[in-house]
Amino acid sequence: MRISTDGFTDNVKQALVNRQLQDALAKMKVGFVERRRKAADRLPEFEALRDAARDIKNHTLANLDFYLEKFERKVAENGGAVHWCPDADTARDTILNICRLVNARTVTKGKTMIGEEIEINEFLEANGITPVETDLGEYIIQLRHEPPSHVVAPAIHVSKDQIAEAFREHHAGLDPNRPLTEPTALLAEARRVLRERFLEADVGITGANLMIAETGSTVIVTNEGNGDLTQTLPRVHIVLCSIEKLVPTLDDATTILRVLARSATGQEMSVYTTFSTGPRRKGDLDGPEQFHVVILDNGRSKLLGGDFQDILRCIKCGACMNHCPVYGAIGGHAYGWVYSGPLGKVLTPGLIGLEKAHDLPNASTFCGRCEEVCPMRIPLPKLMRRWREKEFDRHMMPSKSRWALRLWGFGALRPALYRLGTWFALRYLRRRAERGWIAALKYAEGWTVCRDLPAPAARTFQSQWHGRRRPLKPEKAAKAAKPPKPSKKPAAWPTTTKTPPSQAGKSIGKMPPPLKPPPQARKPR
Amino acid sequence: MTTRDDIFRAVRKALKRDKPSAEQLQALERRLLNAENQIVPQRAQLPHEHQLRLFIDMAREASTSVVEVQGLREVPHAVADYLVGHNLPAEIVMAPSPVLETIPWLEKIPWSERPLIAIRRGRAEPRDLVSLTGAFAGIAETGTLMLLSGPDAPTTLNLMPDHHLVVLGVAQVLGTYEEAWAKLRERARAQGADGRMALPRTVNFITGPSRSGDIEQTLQMGAHGPRRVHVILVHERFAEAG
Repeated sequence: MRISTDGFTDNVKQALVNRQLQDALAKMKVGFVERRRKAADRLPEFEALRDAARDIKNHTLANLDFYLEKFERKVAENGGAVHWCPDADTARDTILNICRLVNARTVTKGKTMIGEEIEINEFLEANGITPVETDLGEYIIQLRHEPPSHVVAPAIHVSKDQIAEAFREHHAGLDPNRPLTEPTALLAEARRVLRERFLEADVGITGANLMIAETGSTVIVTNEGNGDLTQTLPRVHIVLCSIEKLVPTLDDATTILRVLARSATGQEMSVYTTFSTGPRRKGDLDGPEQFHVVILDNGRSKLLGGDFQDILRCIKCGACMNHCPVYGAIGGHAYGWVYSGPLGKVLTPGLIGLEKAHDLPNASTFCGRCEEVCPMRIPLPKLMRRWREKEFDRHMMPSKSRWALRLWGFGALRPALYRLGTWFALRYLRRRAERGWIAALKYAEGWTVCRDLPAPAARTFQSQWHGRRRPLKPEKAAKAAKPPKPSKKPAAWPTTTKTPPSQAGKSIGKMPPPLKPPPQARKPR
Repeated sequence: MTTRDDIFRAVRKALKRDKPSAEQLQALERRLLNAENQIVPQRAQLPHEHQLRLFIDMAREASTSVVEVQGLREVPHAVADYLVGHNLPAEIVMAPSPVLETIPWLEKIPWSERPLIAIRRGRAEPRDLVSLTGAFAGIAETGTLMLLSGPDAPTTLNLMPDHHLVVLGVAQVLGTYEEAWAKLRERARAQGADGRMALPRTVNFITGPSRSGDIEQTLQMGAHGPRRVHVILVHERFAEAG
């Protein structure tokens, strides 16, 4: 997929006003989040399994060379071949070579993020081979010449009318007046058309959710069965995977599979979980004649053993982006590359370089939901913060921001200076406020263009605290020790955090009543 | 320097060491053979009767249909009922004459009870609407069917037709995935694979019919794989392969 991470701010602006994307994101937020919670609540061992999954991956990464060797040997024992590809170029050439050796004309593909990463579709097309995406979502965006916008639901941003349009345009030989308004009709047509593609393909390329060293197997996890038809029907099966997908044993794979589907879609288990080990065996009536595993590095070994190693535990379930408020506002395309959401914010700078992708780790509120739901317990906010530190050290932020931070840091280390600065700031801000709110503020237009800033109190907490720090009289101390009575008045602040899409860009609703001025400061005796 | 060397060198450099030491190798080999601290959900660790109920409930939750019959005698009737109930022609494609180790009793099903079912044996072809297979195990934990590929069990039967019928014996219903791997390890041992795990070309874990939510997040069945999965659970214990 072409990199457009440097256009992040523009991408975001477009995404925020895209009405249809906002509707789709609203649905997604509710669906995936609730289902994951139900699935997790239903399995008492879920939290322990997350810990175990993290430990399995950590152990594997610490001994990655051993397990890679084991995997290679087992694949060979079962009649398959392993191809080591340090970068995207080698991977593309290897795959093309395998296809050429069998005179492949069409290639069916299961969903593979690595495929997007190395842009294999464009490469095959440029070399006269037709790739056909078979995952329904991937197929839809292939017809529309779009990249995926979510790791699990790549066409989440497309409406059914847009799907119908794409089908009418690309499915030749069908009655142009056929009705395509219902999802059932669309699915039925996709099933028929793709079934033909499955049957005529010479080569099938799948990804791999896991690679298993113990048996030399690769595992795919789907709900449609497209990955299975892709790998069973053609003469050649190519698995496209990367070095960190390895786990030691079948039992380890089972542990990870127990957290994968539940985190991704809230299912107990995905419909098809398939273990592939080598080509067809003697006597088999179906199955591929060749089994190739293309193992890609492409920058992952650089993350190994370093500050960002934890991201290599990722199993691409999509839970982080399903729960991310930023992703929920801008969708996947805005991130400019294959991996979006919190996963993308950490992995993309690691793989394509901080220079190109330094905007991404800044697009976070650090709310921490991603880390809360990650089945592999990856500390995503901490890793994003690390990228931001590196960004600062390498002078990649605009100089205004660097100087602002520098200035703030200078003041923060000198308390007297800091207090003086805040005294001035408070006076200035209260002067600018009208009825308790500030509608426009120089240097903060990014905030005030669509929000009002509440006016601060006249004194900082510290100075109010110091002003009152005398021992209270006994009666007053007793009264202060009692718990406060619950307020009968309804909350003055808006209590919902959802902003309807039509309100995006406007302020957050009616202004609450103006703040009362704080009690007069008591003069010290 | 091959590309393989490049990758291994990069990995070892990142791990700040050369090859693992002899003790480390021993420990790693040991870990490959023995599962330590494996967390097995309590859910399916039940007496077998309860495991059967759990399997049926979980399978139905995943939209698999399940009928129970008392013996192999009733299987042809269950199949015919299914075909009639779904308005399907009386034709099925079945896994071929089995080698007697994985699904010994497809041969024992008395098809003469319902002679009008046309049965073709072999792999699935595009025109097949209904397939009938056995399975290696049913896993109660998630209501999942475990199917192995082999000369007697072509994988296309599990994937291509619109309707997939599975004959499952109650003795084949296990509780957890770990039990399923253990059973497979036993089978590999019996086949002389020096005690180490050996998998066939394809192991399918199937939990319900094929589905997709890619069209406006509306869940629909029958995306590419079967639209329906139907389990005929047989309450008869037969000796699996000698």
